[in-house]
Amino acid sequence: MKALQVIGDGLIRRNPTFVLILGMCPTLGTTSSALTGMSMGLATLLVLICSNTVISMLKHLIPDKVRIPAFIVVIASFVTVVQMVMQAWFPSLYSALGIFIPLIVVNCILLGRAEAFASRNSVWLSACDGVGIGLGFTAALTLTGAVRELLGTGAIFNMQLYSADFGALLFVLAPGAFIVLGLLIALFNRLNSNR
Amino acid sequence: MLAYLAIIFSAILVNNIVFAQFLGICPFIGVSKNLDSAFGMSMAVAFVMAVATAVTWLLQHYVLLPLGLVYIQTIVFILVIAVLVQMLEIIMKKSAPALYAALGVFLPLITTNCAVLGVAIIVAQKDFSFLYSVVYAVATALGFALALILFAGIRTQLALAEVPRSMQGVPIALIVAGILAMAFMGFSGISIG
Repeated sequence: MKALQVIGDGLIRRNPTFVLILGMCPTLGTTSSALTGMSMGLATLLVLICSNTVISMLKHLIPDKVRIPAFIVVIASFVTVVQMVMQAWFPSLYSALGIFIPLIVVNCILLGRAEAFASRNSVWLSACDGVGIGLGFTAALTLTGAVRELLGTGAIFNMQLYSADFGALLFVLAPGAFIVLGLLIALFNRLNSNR
Repeated sequence: MLAYLAIIFSAILVNNIVFAQFLGICPFIGVSKNLDSAFGMSMAVAFVMAVATAVTWLLQHYVLLPLGLVYIQTIVFILVIAVLVQMLEIIMKKSAPALYAALGVFLPLITTNCAVLGVAIIVAQKDFSFLYSVVYAVATALGFALALILFAGIRTQLALAEVPRSMQGVPIALIVAGILAMAFMGFSGISIG
């Protein structure tokens, strides 16, 4: 029951993108389409589950003074694994996401969850927190990507809903990323304050 | 010479790190509430970015490439940057207390600034020469400074404006950044060399 609550928290009440406003760089940089946004989210989800689990296992072994560098090494190792896996099996996706894959290392969500959750809770709950926060991040990226792709090209997940001639290219380009994310956060604030 | 001018121009205006490459967004949103801290942050980033790019370039070309260890690039680079930031903090505290007082609070934040690691990786991927890399890093940092200081100036005005409650804070800041990015897109047709 506690596990479900932790996962639900990450998805909505503590959504990393819309509520905690963390991990802005990949959110803006990889959401030019729903597919790239979702794959970035899934890559982060994978790293987050692994790093949360391992850090929680090692929490009694890591001396308090060097915990941040230790967390970074754990996170960087898993990022390297994900990077190599993507390079081998999904080369086109890897080149589309480009530099943002190695940059998962400096995504504040990962270090933040390691420090705030995994180093204080049991292995099982930390893994659940990784799932919840990771899914929240993936959902946010997919949503942002879908809105940008729909407004920009009239398609979602490459499924054409209306002619691309009516799309505003601006939303696929850099300014659209800022504007769509700003509006989505505002919408989330509005929905949260009504409750 | 022209190649260097081109990279400086392109890194500051055309491929601005914040508006075109989406790196360093966290400090861009976080420390742009007033002009003083925006200035301090951008100077600290410029300093660290130049040193970090030089050190990681040397490591990449004299250690990782000859030993065939490029696959641990990400781990090595982030550790080097973390150590470097710590060292700079200690050195500055001893030898330049005035500078430390001005930039000190921003230094620990820079370790997780993706712009620093981003530039180190971009430079390694594009296989720039040493001097070219350092010039690129400094120019990118200047572009970051330009974006941050412009944005801080706008935000001090924005603080006085009446904004719907759910748009206050980050949402309106992002939309303003979007409009700024649109302005920067005006440079995208320009290319030298």
